[in-house]
Amino acid sequence: MKIIIAGAGKVGTTLTKALSADGHDITLIDNDREALSSACELYDVMGMEGNCATLEVLTEAGAAEADLLIAVTNADEVNLLCCVTARELNPRLHTIVRIRNSEYTAQILAMKHVFGISLIVNPEYSAASEIARLLRFPGFLARESFAKGRVELVEFRLKEDSPLTGLKLYQISDVLKTRVLICAVMRGSSITLPRGDFELKADDRIYMTAPASELGGILRELGVITRKVKRVILGGGSLISRYLSTMLERDGIKVQIIDRSRARCEEMAKFLPHASICCGDITDTSTMEREGLSSCDAFVALTGLDELNVIMSLYASSQKVPIVITKQGHIDELQNIIGELSLGSVISPKQLCSDIVVRYVRSMRDNSGDTAVTVQTVAGGQVQACEFIIGPGAPHQNTALSELKIKSGVLISAIFHKGQVTIANGSSVYQEGDSVIVISTESKNIQRFSDIFA
Amino acid sequence: MNYKSLGHFTALILLVEAALMLPALVLSLVFGEPRATEAYLYTLLIILLISGLLLLLSRGEKADDFYEKEGLACAGISWLVLGLTGALPFFLSGKMDYIDALFETVSGFTTTGASILSEVESLEKSLLYWRSFTHWVGGMGVLVFLLALVPRSKHGAGFTVHILKAESPGPDVGKLVPQLRKTAQLLYKIYIGLTILNIILLALDMPIFDAFCIAFGTAGTGGFAITNAGLGGYSPYIQWVTTIFMFLFGVNFSCYYLLLKKRPGSVFRDEELRLYLFIFLSAGLITGISSHAAYGSWSETFRHSFFQTASVMSTTGFATTDFNLWPTLAKGVLVFLMIVGASAGSTGGGLKCIRLNLIVKDLRCSLKEMIRPGRIYPVRSNGRLVHESVLKGLHTYLSAYVLIILASFLLLTIDGKDLTTSITAVLACFNNIGPGLGEVGPMGNYGSFSILSKLVLIFDMLAGRLEIFPIIALLSRTTWKHQ
Repeated sequence: MKIIIAGAGKVGTTLTKALSADGHDITLIDNDREALSSACELYDVMGMEGNCATLEVLTEAGAAEADLLIAVTNADEVNLLCCVTARELNPRLHTIVRIRNSEYTAQILAMKHVFGISLIVNPEYSAASEIARLLRFPGFLARESFAKGRVELVEFRLKEDSPLTGLKLYQISDVLKTRVLICAVMRGSSITLPRGDFELKADDRIYMTAPASELGGILRELGVITRKVKRVILGGGSLISRYLSTMLERDGIKVQIIDRSRARCEEMAKFLPHASICCGDITDTSTMEREGLSSCDAFVALTGLDELNVIMSLYASSQKVPIVITKQGHIDELQNIIGELSLGSVISPKQLCSDIVVRYVRSMRDNSGDTAVTVQTVAGGQVQACEFIIGPGAPHQNTALSELKIKSGVLISAIFHKGQVTIANGSSVYQEGDSVIVISTESKNIQRFSDIFA
Repeated sequence: MNYKSLGHFTALILLVEAALMLPALVLSLVFGEPRATEAYLYTLLIILLISGLLLLLSRGEKADDFYEKEGLACAGISWLVLGLTGALPFFLSGKMDYIDALFETVSGFTTTGASILSEVESLEKSLLYWRSFTHWVGGMGVLVFLLALVPRSKHGAGFTVHILKAESPGPDVGKLVPQLRKTAQLLYKIYIGLTILNIILLALDMPIFDAFCIAFGTAGTGGFAITNAGLGGYSPYIQWVTTIFMFLFGVNFSCYYLLLKKRPGSVFRDEELRLYLFIFLSAGLITGISSHAAYGSWSETFRHSFFQTASVMSTTGFATTDFNLWPTLAKGVLVFLMIVGASAGSTGGGLKCIRLNLIVKDLRCSLKEMIRPGRIYPVRSNGRLVHESVLKGLHTYLSAYVLIILASFLLLTIDGKDLTTSITAVLACFNNIGPGLGEVGPMGNYGSFSILSKLVLIFDMLAGRLEIFPIIALLSRTTWKHQ
């Protein structure tokens, strides 16, 4: 497909990377020459310097023949103007627009209608909902839902004293007293899709699929004691903090926000009447102690500086805060670089946003029903989990999985058949209408269900 | 330096060359030329051995790093290897010694068309075909050909654009469409389409073998003829067709792409195309008027003057008449055309019209700034601001261009030939034209130069074709050092 991406910022380049790997014709527009040329050298795309909201630049970028426009410059208003202008050139154009200013949240639906936008994305809002979900159901570092919430892909880190440490994979079902599948293990910064004789070690990061209904039991067997989160400290008063506070307050969770800038604190206080907002330096341990860090239920590092977030999370972990969440902005694959350190869950707004857009683009490309209905990336982008609905023409139906020739680095992890979740094993089969969850490593680039076969 | 990727790439280039040599092998069998057949077979064997060895050495996981210097080195090495192995058929068939064969082949691939042969008709037909075919291969570039073939790679995908940049002439090479592979395919589709059209039009009035060879020489803007008289022996119709096609192959190929996209407006407003056309028409008229005395009628005069103009300006180097005998004014115009050359993004060489355009504009703006300090006079081209970095690149290129030409000229004077011969030999080789003036005029050849001079000219041809930097990069220590 022909795709125009306006804005070569964080989200723009993440999208460029993901979509150019899928083989699309991408034209990237930005008015910063430096940003543009570095993106054009890394990825096989065409760059165009200029203001993306002008008719001239859009014409030259080929908006008239394009299939999709993604407007992700740093100004919401420019994104909207860009979308409106491009649709003037090509009324059939699909448009994805980033709107992140919380003042527009109330009118999002109306704007979508008036400006003819196909999809509105808000990375900060997505990140906030992701964090809120982790805090509502504590116990895992990450949780991704499939099959309408019936199947979950969860991430946790194996502790020294965990009952799973030192076990081989084929033994774990006995310990957990339920069928689960460990789809991927990250050891250090390298990822493996393990076989049955793989031995788990302490400090491995484990990605496991399990039926949603069994998660409570699994946590109990793992010896993880989960308390309901009642008090959360947010380090940094960013846009995400604002969205997140609103969400948590609705659940009755008490929120404390600490930021060093007085102006920002006052701004936050204006929008968040119920949160307790404190102006102070989060790098100062005495401030943190005064705010009760060691006794809180969760700490979320949300400043604009990745390095500060990392340090703060490490400190919070050392103070035995049960749940620690770190926001990752600029540094790619933060988790892989410092995989050994206990940063808790790592949330990357640009990656979340990219997942949403990639999912939309894949479903646009082909209506045959062979494309993924859900795409999630985990392990810092190294592992992809896709959910496919088996169409009438899908190959190898009713064949035992052990007899299929599936590419290495690809794994069918769960099958959702008529309301029943089956964690896949050699004798499992899939039929038309089932949901199948496929786990693959980054390099495999699975886009259609038929791509999984060797 | 990513040696594995480099080795792998070179091996692929060699395999492409071997594939491209197969038609010549078949021709040698068809025409019954046993010595040539033998030479081709040995060459193919050697090429396959080398590429097999390289593939063996570079097998396994390639590192991901493929950056500017790999792109430049890749282009430089590929062309060097292409010349070294492409020369083998001429050498192994016993027609010439290795340096001469190398000169002839590099001259072919770089689309120069400078020959060391005093008479070409004694060469076997399949060798003549290979000689002309190297022009066609080198015209659009063998790396671009490879880029059109190989599937997209995941890592450093964007950096392969440096290969395109290294091989396609011009100060600011860009892609036609977002994906590099599709751009390369598009360029080759246009190239093949125009070549076929040229062959058909030529075949109406000449033997089919000749039509192929002349069309290859025209398309690549090379200029190897297959008769001793150049193109003088063919009918006026052939000469006019060739004039038009030489002109067409000197046009930036992105213009054809825009025409295909039905956007003729932006093509005809293009400053470079206008300048190219303007220089071509005025040079044709001036040389015609000044050389009229030598010919019978005005139609004959202009047939010759426009042919020679198109030939030199597109850097092809065919000749229908001995322009060595023209008056000084006409010869002066030709030397000017040698330096100006064709357009960026064409198969032609030389400095390129776009650079001339930018130099003049830049000079005017700088002079204005000197006279009225503090005023800002930005350089514009096609209504758009020219970025500082493009101008800086232009200055660097010009300095390198002048210095290399001066150095080569000094080295050539060791041979003791007259000044006209020495300087035009360098200009004709560096700008990939072929014939110069004096002893290396259209009726002369490069055979009498010493080995040193031939090596210098081989370097000039390669540096001119790849626009200097890939070749310089090969010689630079920074390219090969770790870090």
